[in-house]
This record gives sequence, C-alpha cells and structure tokens, in this order.
Amino acid sequence: MSFFETRMPYIWKALVETLQMLGTSLLFSILIGLPLGILLILTNKGGPLSNRFIYETLNVIINIIRSIPFIILLFFILPFTKLIVGTTIGVKGVIVPLVVYASPYVARIMETALLEVDRGVVEAYRAMGISMRQIIWNVMLREARPSIISGLTIATVSLLGATAMAGLVGAGGLGDLAYRFGHLRYEVDVMYVTVGILILLVQGIQTLGNRLVARFKK
Amino acid sequence: MIRLEHITKTFTTKKGKVEALRDVSLEVRQGEIFGIIGYSGAGKSTLIRCVNLLEKPTSGKVIIHDQDCTSYTEKQLSAVRKKIGMIFQSFHLLKTATLYDNIAIPLRLTGYSKEEIRRRIEKYVRIVGLEDKLDAYPRQLSGGQQQRVAIARALVHEPELLLCDEATSSLDPETTDSILELLMEINRELGITILLITHEMHVIQKICDRVAVMESGQIVEQGQVVDLFTRPQHPTTKKFVRSLYRDDLQEEFLTSLRRTGDVFRLTFVGDCANEPLLAELSVQLNVRPNILAGQIVQLKNASFGILVIHLPGDQVQLNEAREFLASRGVMVERMGIA
Repeated sequence: MSFFETRMPYIWKALVETLQMLGTSLLFSILIGLPLGILLILTNKGGPLSNRFIYETLNVIINIIRSIPFIILLFFILPFTKLIVGTTIGVKGVIVPLVVYASPYVARIMETALLEVDRGVVEAYRAMGISMRQIIWNVMLREARPSIISGLTIATVSLLGATAMAGLVGAGGLGDLAYRFGHLRYEVDVMYVTVGILILLVQGIQTLGNRLVARFKK
Repeated sequence: MIRLEHITKTFTTKKGKVEALRDVSLEVRQGEIFGIIGYSGAGKSTLIRCVNLLEKPTSGKVIIHDQDCTSYTEKQLSAVRKKIGMIFQSFHLLKTATLYDNIAIPLRLTGYSKEEIRRRIEKYVRIVGLEDKLDAYPRQLSGGQQQRVAIARALVHEPELLLCDEATSSLDPETTDSILELLMEINRELGITILLITHEMHVIQKICDRVAVMESGQIVEQGQVVDLFTRPQHPTTKKFVRSLYRDDLQEEFLTSLRRTGDVFRLTFVGDCANEPLLAELSVQLNVRPNILAGQIVQLKNASFGILVIHLPGDQVQLNEAREFLASRGVMVERMGIA
C-alpha cells in the first residue's frame, strides 16, 4: 500500500479536527472578544461610559490571561473546562481553553482598531442626533473593519499555532499528527505533508485576510 | 432663535481647573450669519459645542426656540440636534464610504425611506455641486469637495441652524472663498441661520452680519460687523481688524513725519465717503493733507474707506482739522507705532 493510501485518512481526519477547533474557537472568541473590546472603549477615559473601575478590572484580567502560555493555560483551567462542556478531552475539551486564550487577544484587537477611528466622526454623528448604540455599530465598527480584519488574521494564525498543542488532551489535529508521526514514530513523510498543509493554511488565511482588508479599505 | 445665557464651562484636568467659558451670553437671530472670532484657546470651540449640547455647560442656560434645553435627556437632545446641522474643520466623513453613503447613512439611521433618502441626496448634492461624484470616496476628493460633502450631509436633515466649527480653516484661500459663497447661498436661499466660529477675520468680513469677539473664555465685544470694523473698542478686536489691512508705519518714518505735523487714520463710513472732505479741509483750514495710504474695505452689507494722512501744522491747526473731520462724520485716530 502506498503512503497516500495508508496515511491519507489520518491526515484528512487531522485536518478536519484542526479546522473544527480553529473555526469554533475563532467564532466564540469573536463573540466574546468583540463586546469586550467595545466595553473597553466605552469605559476608557474619555469614553461615553467612562468608568475607571470596570476598565481597569477588564484591563488587568486581559493582561493576566494573555501572559499565560497556552500550554499552561490548557491545564490551568481544566476544572473550568469541565464545568462548561462537561469534559476535558477531545476537540470539545480543547475549545474552551482555546477560546479563553484567544478572546482577550481579540478584545485587544477590537480595542486598538476602534481607537483608531477618528473621534471627530463620532462627534459628527452625535451632532446629527444619532444614538451612541447606532454609532458603535454603524460608524465605529464600520470604519474599523479593515483594522479588525487584519488583526483577526493575525489572531487566527496564532490560534492555529495553539491548536497544535491540542494533542495533549487528545483532541488530535495536524500539529498532533506531525508530532506523533514525525517525532515519536520517526515517519518524517507524514510530518512534511502536515507541515506543508499548515503552511498552505496560513498562506490561505493571510491572503483571505488581505483581500478582505483591501475590499473594506477603499 | 438660540439664546445662550450666562454659560460657564469648567474642565477639571490633572493640573487643576480650567475655565473654558466664563459667563458667556449671546443671541443668534433667525436668518442671520453670526460669527464668533477668537485666537485658539479662547473657548470658541467649547462654546459652539454648548449650542447643541455636545458639551454640557457647567452653569447657564441654552435656550432654543424659547425652550430651555440645558437639562434635556440624551433622547430629547437627539431630536433637537436633528434640527441643528454641524460642519467641522476636518470634515469628519467616513473614510470607508462613498459620497452617497456618507450622506445616506445618517438618514438611514434616522429612519427615512429609501426613496426619500435618494430624493434628498439628489437635491442637496446638486446645491453643493457634486452631483457627478456620488460614487467617489473621500480620499479621492479635494478638501473643498470633502467640505461640500459634509455640508450636504448636514443639509439633508433640513436643519434650521448650521454650526460651522472652523469650517474653512484647513482650506486654501480660493477654496475658502468658494465655501463661504456656498454658505451665504445656503443662508439666503434656504433660510438657514448660521453660527460660525473662526480665527480668520476674512471670514467675518465676507459673510457675517453680526460678530462676537472672544478672549480667555469671555466675549469681549459684540455687535454689527460694520461697527466692530470701524469702531473696534477692545484691544483684541483692534488686533483682528488690523490683521486685515496693515497700515502701520515704521517708527522712524512716523517720527520724521511728526516733526512737521502729525499722522492720522481716517475711517469713512456711509455718506461721508461721498464728499470731497480732504479738498474742503485744505480750502477751509489751509492745511494740506498728504495721503500716505488708502483702502476700501468691503463687508457683507456695507463698505468703508480708510485713509492714512499726514497733516502738517502746529497743535492748534491739527486740533481744528480733527474737529472739522469729526464734524463731517469721519472717524479720526492718531496713528500709533507698528
């Protein structure tokens, strides 16, 4: 049997697992990170809901989570993972730490992107009698789209890197496959193919990101 | 239509309290163009933001159409602001939206129908003269064109009052004039009252009916533009007026002229500009004025003339000459040193 016939099913399965982990955790990270980023902007000094206590608390929590390397975070929050999804292993078990890892990152990306939006534009819309809620959605997020997307592109690539460690809790994925076959079994062919796929994935993500940025930038 | 009563505004900063506005009162009348002039830091930006309550005054009242709006909620203010347009020094357009969308988005958010939005945009884009640029993005437009988009964006809400926050300060002189023309047209044709702030006396000269001069958070002088130009009282006002026509003389030159008489600035307003007063002066009093400089200043609704003359003679003759000119309605000032 050729290499492809014997190993392809493993590689395929690993790719699907990686994409599942990446897609799901990215989705949840955005769902959590986006409002957090907006909250940071609103409660920051000079923001419309300026509140030092909320801002500083959020700020510190985000910095703490971002200082913990993913491999440590993965084990550190095991009880929390169990509480949320009922298991600590498999794809399900790794999604929670991935989301915890990426959400603060996304929140910072949102904060930075929204801070870049010209405050004068916001003032102009306030002067037209448009509510802050509408301004956030239709002015700030709209104007920040290019920066948000280019930030998310970077976040997606580093999230892809983090999924490589998912093998430690039995979630599989490309990184795990490359480690098991390439390092433990010394079947370097499999490692090369997986690394090749990872390279293509990163290229694809970056290209897609760049295209979207260009489209929104105008 | 707008009355500001005893407005004060104090900002608290790390370095302590800053009084941006100190007991400012003014009234903008229906249909006029009212200008506020001052150097940067005089408080005029804060003042114009108090009118639509983007800044809440620390004390005092903002009265719009006899309604005290000072303590309105955000929701009530939103209704008031829809009747007050505002344009800015740096335009504040959405960079990622076309000209059409830049004007349409605020209308959509206000809840107008698609047809109504299209109708209004077509109407007002024609007024600002950009009907062939609907698909352009702001960065493809010049500064003057971007300001026109901002003006159209304000006009589509069909406001009663337009606030202009240094609207021409980032534009070159020619573009400034074209935007000023447009503002005058809007004021005349659409009956929109305009309140503007500026640091350029040229803007006041060209389009304003009345003017207030601000310094250190206070209004130091206000009135009809022609009165302020011809009879400035406060030193700051004088500085602004003089910024338009520099007729100061060098000290050396002035001193040498004063050995044989004195040098005066004559301001001619209204009827007295039509009489040959200097000729009469030499016939009746036998003094021979020598004209050093002269200029006609064109205001929006009036014009006046300025002459700088040297009058030879002794103190008695000079006093007689001054009295003669003053009796004919000419304002006479002894020239100072540059």
